[in-house]
Amino acid sequence: MAGFMQQIINGLSIGSVYALMAVGYSLVYSIMNFSNFAHGGVIMIGAYIGFFLLAAYKMPFYVAFALAGAGAGLLALIIERVAYSPLRKRKAPFLYFIISAMGASIFLENIVIATIGPTFKTYPKVFSTQPITVGSLSVGRLDLIMFVISAISLAILIFVIEKTKIGMAIRGTAYSVRASALMGVNTDHVIMIVFGLGGLLGGIAGMLFGMKYTVYPQIGFITIKSFIAAVFGGLGSLPGAVIGSVLLGIIETLTSGYLSSQFRDLIAFALLIVVLIVRPMGLMGKFTEDKA
Amino acid sequence: MDWFYIQGILILAGINLLAVLGLSLLTGFTGLFSFGHAGFMAIGAYTTAIMSVKLHLPFIPSLMIGGLIAALVSLLIGKLTLNLKGDYFCIATLGLGEAIRLILDNVQYLGGARGWPGIPLKTTLLNVVIIDIIGIIILVNLIRSKHGRNMIAIREEEMASQIIGINVFRYKMISLMISAIYAGVAGGMLGHYLGFLQPKMFQIVKSTELTIIVIFGGLGSISGSVLGALVLTSLPEMLRTFAQWRLVVYGIAVIFIMISRPQGLMGGHEFSFHAVKKIISSMFYRKKQRGLGGR
Repeated sequence: MAGFMQQIINGLSIGSVYALMAVGYSLVYSIMNFSNFAHGGVIMIGAYIGFFLLAAYKMPFYVAFALAGAGAGLLALIIERVAYSPLRKRKAPFLYFIISAMGASIFLENIVIATIGPTFKTYPKVFSTQPITVGSLSVGRLDLIMFVISAISLAILIFVIEKTKIGMAIRGTAYSVRASALMGVNTDHVIMIVFGLGGLLGGIAGMLFGMKYTVYPQIGFITIKSFIAAVFGGLGSLPGAVIGSVLLGIIETLTSGYLSSQFRDLIAFALLIVVLIVRPMGLMGKFTEDKA
Repeated sequence: MDWFYIQGILILAGINLLAVLGLSLLTGFTGLFSFGHAGFMAIGAYTTAIMSVKLHLPFIPSLMIGGLIAALVSLLIGKLTLNLKGDYFCIATLGLGEAIRLILDNVQYLGGARGWPGIPLKTTLLNVVIIDIIGIIILVNLIRSKHGRNMIAIREEEMASQIIGINVFRYKMISLMISAIYAGVAGGMLGHYLGFLQPKMFQIVKSTELTIIVIFGGLGSISGSVLGALVLTSLPEMLRTFAQWRLVVYGIAVIFIMISRPQGLMGGHEFSFHAVKKIISSMFYRKKQRGLGGR
């Protein structure tokens, strides 16, 4: 039983990082209705910024952390301006957005391979690896910090979306871009804010993920899991993305704990298939009318 | 540059071309975006190899079975996702491509992650060219038929095509299955050309590369896809030193094409001798006019 609880705790901590990635993806999906495949690239760049600030410039952890988030947010904004905004102005078909996103993600991944190199990099040790023990359970310090930072970031995000004026504009635009524009919402600004927020959270998530494992150019592929988690929770729904991610994290750690870590990535795909068969709109999906 | 080397590049270009033709039907003509075509190639490659190595079937029947099995898997994915709007199909193909690779990594019977050597070398330039030509002829006739026009209608305006009575789901499904057959056969030929298969060969990078070729050639143009496949497979061979930056440039180029010339190289037009004649004669005609204006 203690072993089971241990797996649940590990699952919660990795699931919360998936959640940080998935909300950025889900936010963009809820407004622009397309999968932002460049999100993985943004997460990867965030992880690299954090790595270099910590390893090469020996910055304190929290400064590196803030800068990684800010840098990734800025990058997401630049991608929006360069790759999506011209398409948006031209009212291009949905296919072009996905292709453009794919181009951005190929570019980001390969520019890192060409300049920094394809090798794995290990973050310098910031926290002691001595676990905190509570009774028979032991929690890694890093796992605890991952969970706490993710939870705080998500709480702030939900506060911004639910309680502030900007949040109201975001919710309105997600409901209907045209109607919000008629009500005087600057939807262009809202889209930029959404990309900035998504990038910021993605950068933080990338850095946490890099600290837990390693940093490498293909780290962006981890976002496949946050896509799947977002589908699991319901595309375009924020609470759905969070719940889906945490559940996916727990399912994954249980699989690698009791079956084999080989199956860890397969289980995510199997979950996707099951969700598509049983409940395509996801756990909390609002796009029920999309089921033709 | 001896003939053997050039022949090798041509065979690889021909194999890529076949996979690109299938993807061109799916992305260029039906407007569906797949991230998992390397997965269908992998299924085709491994099935064909099983048929010819373990069951000792001749090459062509094994290729056909490889294509059919790839189509069956695409049927499963399509059935689940194609009647849903949004990005479900895209995400499912992304997951499928990775899942197939991971499964193959763990099947020790087929060599696992270490790879499977000793597949008979049966792919020659001749049979690649013949299969490519058959593939092009089938695709051109399909596009010109009623079915092809229905697919183009779905790409242009899904809701409108549904209203005028096109069975959107059925045509998306047909398009996906045909493109999976093309990818499967291409995979089978790849295995029998290299004599070696490894799940690593069918990573997401392979899928994106195929999509990039379709986009470069031009969405909705078969001759564009042919041109794109031939140029983009042989170009990296000439620019070996540039290899690291190749995909960086591709990435920028894809964004640039989307924001400036989304129709790609051929822009929905097909190459034909009639069109070339028209362009040339219009050039002369214009010159004559200018001459007349001067008088």
